[in-house]
Amino acid sequence: MKDHAALAEAFNKDEQRVDWHDETLWWVRQKRDRASHQIPDWEELREAASQIKHNVLSDLGNYLEQFEKQAIGNGITVHWAADAKEHNDIVHSILKRHGITQMVKSKSMLTEECHLNHFLEEQGINVVDSDLGELIVQLAKEPPSHIVLPCIHKKKEEIGDIFHEHLGSEKGESDPQILTETARVHLRNTFLTRRAALTGVNFAVAETGEFVVCTNEGNADMGAHLSDVHIASMGIEKLIPKRKHLSVFLRLLTRSATGQPITTYSSHFKRPRPGQEMHIILVDNGRSVQLGREDFRNSLKCIRCGACMNTCPVYRRSGGHSYHTAVAGPIGSILAPNLDMKQYADLPFASTLCGSCTNVCPVKIDIHDQLYKWRQVIVKEGYGDKKKAAAMQAMAYTLSSPKVYRIAGKAGRLVMKYAPFAVNNGLNPWYKQRDMPEPPKESFGEWYAKNRS
Amino acid sequence: MTTREKILADVRKSQPPLVAAPDITLWENRQQVDGLTVLETFKAVAGNVGSKVISVESIADIKTHLNIIPGSRVLTSIPQLFDVATDAALAAGATPHELENVELAILQAEFGIAENSALWVTEKQMGTRVLPFICQHLALVVNAGDIVADMHAAYKRTQGSDHSFATFIAGPSKTADIEQSLVLGAHGPRSLSIFVLTT
Amino acid sequence: MRVGLFIPCYVDQFYPNAAIATLELLEKLGVEVSYPARQTCCGQPMANSGYEHLTEGCNELFVDNFAEYDYIVSPSGSCALHIKEHLHTHNDEQKALGIRKKIYELTEFLTDILKVEKLDAAFPHRVGLHQSCHGQRGLKLAQMTELTAAPFSKPVALLNMVKGVEIVPLDRPDECCGFGGTFCVAEEAVSAKMGKDRVADHIQNGAEYITAADLSCLMHMEGILRRLKSRVKVIHIAEILNGVKETVA
Repeated sequence: MKDHAALAEAFNKDEQRVDWHDETLWWVRQKRDRASHQIPDWEELREAASQIKHNVLSDLGNYLEQFEKQAIGNGITVHWAADAKEHNDIVHSILKRHGITQMVKSKSMLTEECHLNHFLEEQGINVVDSDLGELIVQLAKEPPSHIVLPCIHKKKEEIGDIFHEHLGSEKGESDPQILTETARVHLRNTFLTRRAALTGVNFAVAETGEFVVCTNEGNADMGAHLSDVHIASMGIEKLIPKRKHLSVFLRLLTRSATGQPITTYSSHFKRPRPGQEMHIILVDNGRSVQLGREDFRNSLKCIRCGACMNTCPVYRRSGGHSYHTAVAGPIGSILAPNLDMKQYADLPFASTLCGSCTNVCPVKIDIHDQLYKWRQVIVKEGYGDKKKAAAMQAMAYTLSSPKVYRIAGKAGRLVMKYAPFAVNNGLNPWYKQRDMPEPPKESFGEWYAKNRS
Repeated sequence: MTTREKILADVRKSQPPLVAAPDITLWENRQQVDGLTVLETFKAVAGNVGSKVISVESIADIKTHLNIIPGSRVLTSIPQLFDVATDAALAAGATPHELENVELAILQAEFGIAENSALWVTEKQMGTRVLPFICQHLALVVNAGDIVADMHAAYKRTQGSDHSFATFIAGPSKTADIEQSLVLGAHGPRSLSIFVLTT
Repeated sequence: MRVGLFIPCYVDQFYPNAAIATLELLEKLGVEVSYPARQTCCGQPMANSGYEHLTEGCNELFVDNFAEYDYIVSPSGSCALHIKEHLHTHNDEQKALGIRKKIYELTEFLTDILKVEKLDAAFPHRVGLHQSCHGQRGLKLAQMTELTAAPFSKPVALLNMVKGVEIVPLDRPDECCGFGGTFCVAEEAVSAKMGKDRVADHIQNGAEYITAADLSCLMHMEGILRRLKSRVKVIHIAEILNGVKETVA
């Protein structure tokens, strides 16, 4: 299993592609800046959103019960799933009861987290992802590389090839307009022939028992309103107290995500259509554990806008797949270790701690501080890089003693010899693309002793 | 112990001490800028997200702006427009699949929002939920006096209203999933016309 | 006012000129400065790698060396921020807390404490200012492009007091250079790519020098510039503010 550094190195083999990926996402970041800078009280809105989510996390038990009661009263069936397996089993049992073997799905990072598609395929159930980006990666047999822009890593020519193979578009066609039209025609037929639709949930309102799904394409609505059975999967942290709080979140969500003032569709589902069945699955899958981690519980405030990915200089130059988890980028790197500390031990280190993620986060999650804190936890729990441990011990020894430090320094400015960037021995990664400064004749300490005392 | 009980117990064990939700009345009670500015903002933002805004003085005026392909199916919930619609009235109670071939739907929106040009459309006005999504082109009608400044004012307006389904619609269906190139008409309507009634 | 000068380990060993310039500049401004001889490092290289528990030795040394001063000043935003956020001691936590409150990065000390309004220095060159992340987003030396807030920049205000300095605009004024401590070797591919991109921004916009309030970033970018055989040089901001005497090539 390759770690982030190895996967990122592979991604960097094609520098032009890295530039393209970086610039595409930087453009999205710039759109976000333009949109947010137009709202004079943007920072106050972020603070309000953060506090609303804080309130939710501090009273989550009651909000869950309130939401359940309201939703049931609205005629929705509410299910509870402790983990991914239970979630997947619930979906399967609903479909099985109706004898349904084909389902259309709109974007849901939770179902990616639960590996639902794979599970259902094994049960003989065909799932079609209807978000254009998700459809593209599904046809390419890849996971999404970004939570908002699932196929941001793919070039239009590659998408043209995929559509030629699977959807019968002209060979060599790469015009986004024509490719989108191809998908539209293909998926329209899918929407019309699927009796079951699964959607994600952006926000669920405890006060009213309704839930909100945001899309630009209208795919969630097409699927849901044409289906006999609508299943909505949501993490338990998606709750907000009252409908009026949606105002704060809908102002922030899309401006942060893509720089749009709002998504094309923000649909409020409260009751099933007459004759339709509507299900909500409330999923824990590690969230209650994360809630108990004082240093990391703020990560549950996340509204999945993807702004931290677009701004992250590492994400832009390593690609979403280098994070080898459903939610990539900075937010994924503080969520994933909670699910499996060993498997995702590398992710909190895939950052320079530059802090840009924290500044763009619409709910003010202290992302880079949490990355720092996860590093301490991972090392203490014994999942740190073993090679690094010895170097760190030696470095701490040297730097804890002024005497050892001076001697090491005198010996040819080698005080940093335990910091791996100081020795040019051919094995040191520093020297692959960088040189070291010319060592000066004397250190500042030596100069000071001669000139000031 | 059921899963429900377990999750609730785990959550209650883990959740931090109670913190109150912040007061957002500051935003809710903010003085609205004058109606003209709100309308101008609405039009500008709507244009930016790909909507076509047309000011009309009466419902009847809308007809002069409609470019209906002969033989195409048009549905509307607005009685004064029944004569341009294929079916005498909105196909209320139609099964969603029967709406597959709708070319144009003309629906009343309850209100619009200047800051993002979204329009609030409820199930009552749709007749069948899928209609504003499945039609090839969508036209929404809104009174100029029903345009509010921002989302806070918008949700204030929805207070007390009980809808089984409702949605904000801002522009035609769109995607930028292929290399961030904006394409209008992803799965839903290829165009959105907004008729603003100025009288 | 007694100021303790904190010169981070790699500055001491590799960039003594930046440290000398910091010292001379403070002296010129009438500050009583001394350099405690037994200092080594702030402990950040270990802590950022997840080994905060190994920084106790560094922390105790730091407290011993600097507790007595009114202010502690360092020509490194990153090291100053680390002390500000993470210095603890078993012996006397009050002392550690005191230090955390009175440690300053050089440009913020000049701006906020000394309230410097003019400098006697000239540097007739086109200069690209690299906004080091820890100085900018951590110590808030300058406004951050992500925020909806009024712009300001302490380093720019100071550079504008130097005759002849022309600050070149950058396409991405506060993008990280990719150094990141041990990140620079653990994630070599991304780190080097970030460094190359940052340097390219300065070069394309016509910088002759890249300056910063943090030498770790400059060391990283210098490493890239030298490998590229570029004529663009790096220089610590203290050297410009102190009125660097250009060395004969």
